[in-house]
Amino acid sequence: MKEIISLLLALVVLFSLSACGNGDNVEETPTQQNENNVDIFSEEVKAYYKNLGLQGTTLNVYNWGEYIDDEEIDVITQFENLTGCEVNYTTFESNENMYSKLSGGGVSYDIIIPSDYMVERLMAEEMLLELDYSNIPNFNKYFDNERYGNLIENGIKDYAAIYNVGSTILIYNKNLVKEEPTSWKVLWDEQYKGKVLMFNNPRDAFAVAQFALGQDINTTNMTDWDTAADYLLEQRQKVRPEYVMDEVFIKMESGEYALATYYAGDYELMVENNPDLGFVFPQEGVNTFFDAMCVPKGSQNKKGAEAFINFMMEPEIALANAEYIYYATPNKSVLENPDYSLIDSDAIYPENLEKTQSFHNLPVDTLQYMNSLWMKVKGENDAQGLYIAFFSVIAVVMVIIIANILKKKRMAKFYNV
Amino acid sequence: MKKSSFIQKVINAPYMLWSVLFIVAPLIMVAYYAFTDANGNFTLDNIMQIGDYTATFILSISYGAVATVICLLIAYPFAYALAQTKASFQRVATMLVMLPMWMSFLIRTYSWITILGESGVINSFLGLFGVEPLKMLNTGGAVILGMVYNFLPFMILPLYTALSKMDNSLVEAAQDLGCNKFYCLRKVIFPLSVPGIASGVTMVFVPCVSTFYITQKLGGGQITLIGDVIEGQFQTAYNYNLGAALSLVLMVMILICLGVLNYFTDNDDDGGVLI
Repeated sequence: MKEIISLLLALVVLFSLSACGNGDNVEETPTQQNENNVDIFSEEVKAYYKNLGLQGTTLNVYNWGEYIDDEEIDVITQFENLTGCEVNYTTFESNENMYSKLSGGGVSYDIIIPSDYMVERLMAEEMLLELDYSNIPNFNKYFDNERYGNLIENGIKDYAAIYNVGSTILIYNKNLVKEEPTSWKVLWDEQYKGKVLMFNNPRDAFAVAQFALGQDINTTNMTDWDTAADYLLEQRQKVRPEYVMDEVFIKMESGEYALATYYAGDYELMVENNPDLGFVFPQEGVNTFFDAMCVPKGSQNKKGAEAFINFMMEPEIALANAEYIYYATPNKSVLENPDYSLIDSDAIYPENLEKTQSFHNLPVDTLQYMNSLWMKVKGENDAQGLYIAFFSVIAVVMVIIIANILKKKRMAKFYNV
Repeated sequence: MKKSSFIQKVINAPYMLWSVLFIVAPLIMVAYYAFTDANGNFTLDNIMQIGDYTATFILSISYGAVATVICLLIAYPFAYALAQTKASFQRVATMLVMLPMWMSFLIRTYSWITILGESGVINSFLGLFGVEPLKMLNTGGAVILGMVYNFLPFMILPLYTALSKMDNSLVEAAQDLGCNKFYCLRKVIFPLSVPGIASGVTMVFVPCVSTFYITQKLGGGQITLIGDVIEGQFQTAYNYNLGAALSLVLMVMILICLGVLNYFTDNDDDGGVLI
């Protein structure tokens, strides 16, 4: 009887925990089959993908989490249906994670979607394959060269097809921040102590400090990095910000936090759940970035990969993705589509963004220096009491050991005599 | 000493191979990375840089020690009480202790976020009585709680094993000879359970010191322990060499801590355990 009860208990606990748990980087395959959507393409398009001869092949796609539509149109399933190619879809949570998995070897991806500076790094380390644009006809057809052509200079176009564009943004809670902030420096204001959310990755966090200080965010001057780190340390001591990434949504939506740094499109997602939120592009400038589809070396199915890139630029698919992801798309067909609901968003498509900087790949020693500074910023604790406690424990242990040794010696003497 | 026979050697071979492949070889690789730079040249730079992380090391060891002591304080009475109960109840209870371990460690830690958060289970409950939400998540306390919660079974089980195997006639003998309850505990039960304490402490302390997931999820980036630094070196900074050097130093420090522990637990020849 007891065994049965405990088994039942076990099941209850299992289910209740698996319901609320959400481990990150879980590999997820969009599985919802939306039968209504099967026929969204013209016969011409269907024939094009069918005749590529991808039947029976597999394609390994490595994308950011929540970065492809699986609700309106199940993009992956559509691609599988059209081409007959099987897709293994996995996700990563940062460029750095993706890079370390890729460079660690032992994995083979056909599509990866890194950001700008990571594309440069992968190019510099010759880890990417050149794209054959004759297999990606949609690029020339739909890429908005006027608006985004400047992003694909320096040969980046040869290796990467831009998927989405975005920028960083300062989000504030109108109930807690009375005056609209204009500068990143508001994040250093002591009246918001404990109510500030900062990026939890070194590159973005440093960029905030560097904008506030008027530095170049791609500086290789070590003293600049020192100054920025000191500034972040000052923030940590004065404001005690919390360093978060995805948790920023739930925290800003709860209304308990005053200010947060994040990416522009995500503001629109947050404001849907909490209308008290506002945004500014601070006067010192913001970081603009893009994420692009690339084919890494070692790909077993380059043709399939190029078909996938082409497929992602089909007007229907690009629209569905843009509506799902909330980032700016460089796809003309979407930008000109009257059905596209986000075109009027000032956060996603700002009118006159004057001062912007983009990340570029930094030399390895600069990156390492930045990381060690970041660890210092995050490792700062006012821990004097801790030091005292720690060393007094060590002292007590030492005294006991010495006392024991002396006692033993005395005993030995006693018995010898 | 008896020499091992050929058959014994054959039986041992798979285990030896396993150890070499998965224990010795990785250790050698850690040491290799720790003493080389990105180009594979010998250098001591990585070890020299570790001075920068002294505060983090101290913080990690302190957190580990606090969590271990709390685990021990909770687990010892529990294991002792459990060892006194009926055998059938013991089976169910040990299974319940192990039950959480059937679920992913990551999920168990993640679920604490929903319990401790400002709009989480506890604060919603307190809110019913008009209590202001308490800030529990992203504090040192939450990290310690996560450590204690996750590693408590590793303390209970060895203690329970040691205490349930204890020969009860020894306690009876002590009582016969006039020991009161306290002396019985101090002079008989406690010394007999020392091996259980030693293995429990080892199994809790080591993962606590090197954890990074618990601090990231329950510490909210506020508390950085050495595990986070090492994880960062491998995952985001790609500085395998510094990461390896930090791991090597961490291993040495843990070995020293365990050495101190062993000094106390092996030292029962003169009757005095701990003091």
